[in-house]
Amino acid sequence: MTSTRPLHLAAELVAGSGRADPGTAARTVALARLAEAAALDFLTHDDSFAGPGLDALAVLARVAPETRSVGLVPTVTTTHTEPFHVQAAVATLDWVSRGRAGWRIAVSPTGAEARLLGRRPAPPTAELWQEAGEVAEVSRKLWDSWEDDAEIRDVATGRFIDRRKLHHVNFQGATFSVKGPSTVPRPPQGNPVTVVDATRPAARDTAAHHADVALVRAASAEEAAALRAELHRGARAHGRDPGQLRVLLSLTVDFDAYEGGAGALAELIAGWHGGGAVDGFHLVPAVPERDLERFVAGTVTRLRERGLFRADYEGVTLRDHLGLARPVSQYATTGVSV
Amino acid sequence: MSRGKKQVHLAAHFPGVNSTTVWSDPRSGSQIDFSSFEHLARTAERGLFDFFFLAEGLRLREHAGRIHDLDVVGRPESITVLNALAAVTDRLGLAATVNATFNEPYELARRLASLDHLSAGRAAWNVVTSSDAFTGENFRRGGFLDRADRYTRAAEFLGVVRELWDSWTPGGEPGTFAHSGPQFRIEGRFPVPRSPQGQPVVIQAGDSGEGREFAASAADVIFTRHSTLEAGREFYADVKGRLARYGRRPDDLKIMPGVTYVLGDSDADAQERAAEIRRQQVSPQNAILALEQVWGRDLSGYDPDGPLPDIDPDPDSVLVQGRVRVADPVGVARKWRALSEEKGLSIRQTVIETGSRQSFVGSPATVAAALEEFVATDAADGFILVPHLTPGGLDDFVDRVVPLLQERGVFRTEYAGTTLRSHLGLPEPVWKGDTP
Repeated sequence: MTSTRPLHLAAELVAGSGRADPGTAARTVALARLAEAAALDFLTHDDSFAGPGLDALAVLARVAPETRSVGLVPTVTTTHTEPFHVQAAVATLDWVSRGRAGWRIAVSPTGAEARLLGRRPAPPTAELWQEAGEVAEVSRKLWDSWEDDAEIRDVATGRFIDRRKLHHVNFQGATFSVKGPSTVPRPPQGNPVTVVDATRPAARDTAAHHADVALVRAASAEEAAALRAELHRGARAHGRDPGQLRVLLSLTVDFDAYEGGAGALAELIAGWHGGGAVDGFHLVPAVPERDLERFVAGTVTRLRERGLFRADYEGVTLRDHLGLARPVSQYATTGVSV
Repeated sequence: MSRGKKQVHLAAHFPGVNSTTVWSDPRSGSQIDFSSFEHLARTAERGLFDFFFLAEGLRLREHAGRIHDLDVVGRPESITVLNALAAVTDRLGLAATVNATFNEPYELARRLASLDHLSAGRAAWNVVTSSDAFTGENFRRGGFLDRADRYTRAAEFLGVVRELWDSWTPGGEPGTFAHSGPQFRIEGRFPVPRSPQGQPVVIQAGDSGEGREFAASAADVIFTRHSTLEAGREFYADVKGRLARYGRRPDDLKIMPGVTYVLGDSDADAQERAAEIRRQQVSPQNAILALEQVWGRDLSGYDPDGPLPDIDPDPDSVLVQGRVRVADPVGVARKWRALSEEKGLSIRQTVIETGSRQSFVGSPATVAAALEEFVATDAADGFILVPHLTPGGLDDFVDRVVPLLQERGVFRTEYAGTTLRSHLGLPEPVWKGDTP
């Protein structure tokens, strides 16, 4: 059985049990290299203000120079953070990884999280996802606020940049405003990859509107296909090309308990992907060291033998792996000077 | 090697966004590619430096309502770059400048503690504040704090951050925190164990009376601008004299001015190079811009190779945003005009003449001797070197000056410890977690 649509594979590094000990960096690098040797599209690293564990974006920045190809997608909350800082950090992850960054947008809905920051009580979850969508939107504007060719280094006129190619974003949201432009030049991918876990209905519209990759959970191929169709309809309603939205099924896997093991999982993946239910899979290992190893050695090898998954990376950026176009800056054709 | 000589501490400043950086030089590389950061950091570590220092920018500078386009613009976010540099260095301290006005203690304490863990004890935080509504336009907070309030907030901010860092026991038991003060009311559980070096190193920049007091009470390193012997000694004596009031010893705070340098094969050769670098730093367009910052008027019609304008500055001008205003523009203009007439200088020559000189100019032997003299006579404990080229601007210093400092017995020949605190000779902070 072959499919004309490429299969995308990703994996979670911490599976909700972030650790912080002297071995954190070495452990994470080892897992990332394992995933990279198998040519997985990207790694997610979960995070929340409630912890425990280190800041996910920091961990993946630490991993970046020790890997070459695998995409790096930390969870970043948009609730008690500054949108301007968040977009700068994600853009910087793209610079230090040379075009392999993404971010999985999250919200911080609990009172306990709000009390850690003391900034404001957490509004209802629906409002938080609305705000998360605004943070995604202003981030894209800020990443685009430097056109790709803004740096000119023109000795004759003494100008380092062409200021006509830098843009104030003048964003006005419901809970924040940002003047812009960014202080970080446009990152290598133009826009780092935006990932949203769309499992919960409250997050689904934000995913359809803003995500490059949506993660979903489903108990059957039919349910997964229905979720993918819903996300595509939503994307279309927001004026997007659904062909630029990848839907990956998150699967928690405990190989000690999983009947049939790695081979059965390969069958399931091949079947659901071939049937068009999803574009790929996001493995959430119960025990990362054990289950990622078995997934790579068993499942990925079998998928590759059947011609369903690439033998090696064909491009260099995370967008390349996902088959997503590098976006043109939304300001690039306006020619409006600031 | 002689023992007992006062040792020189060295740090490297990534040149980044400032008018020191000569981007027009053919050897000038990217200010944003990771390879530039990696090169400079590896060079600093090869030179056994204490730490690598990144500045911060939260809004692009503007001039006359337009984005400033003459100097290097655009830089990555500091803490993220330093986490990546932790992977390609082993011993070098990693210092991030992060504003206390536009951040929250919990989030920043967590990010800095993460950097300290991921670098095995090499993190530092340069605490700065802002009173700038212009910068505030990029943030939820929006407006700004007035001068007095921003130090109040910064002091409480740092205090809270330290409470969070201390909320785990040194034995690794997690704890809770609860802080209630005028600026912050927060509580919960800090998610990161105690830092490998006890706490990240705290650096403070600033020269006002409030800044000096804040540094004396709370900082491990003070980043100053005093690069002459006399000013350095006065500042050194004043700040070190303030420490006892806080139960601290003079050695508990290191004073490190930010300095520039130019090396040559001879002193005369170095002087010639220094003059050439000044000309590169002050392009014809930069000369007019410097003049407009004093005059507060559009002077684009003036010839940079011609005489200074005979009109007076506009004291009410709002031409300059995102950088410090000239305090007495009319007085400065008068002084510049007098100098220009006396020496027959053009606009550009006047700006070069009145601008800041490189701090240390000479042969490697001359520069090494001068650095030692500064430290030996208590004008500084060390230096934060600001090269004028990215990323190779430190290569000659490490190759030619560091060996001479080592021969003089005033600089380490290998790292004695692994943490930044150990390089700086700073004690691990006493754990205060169980005091109410």
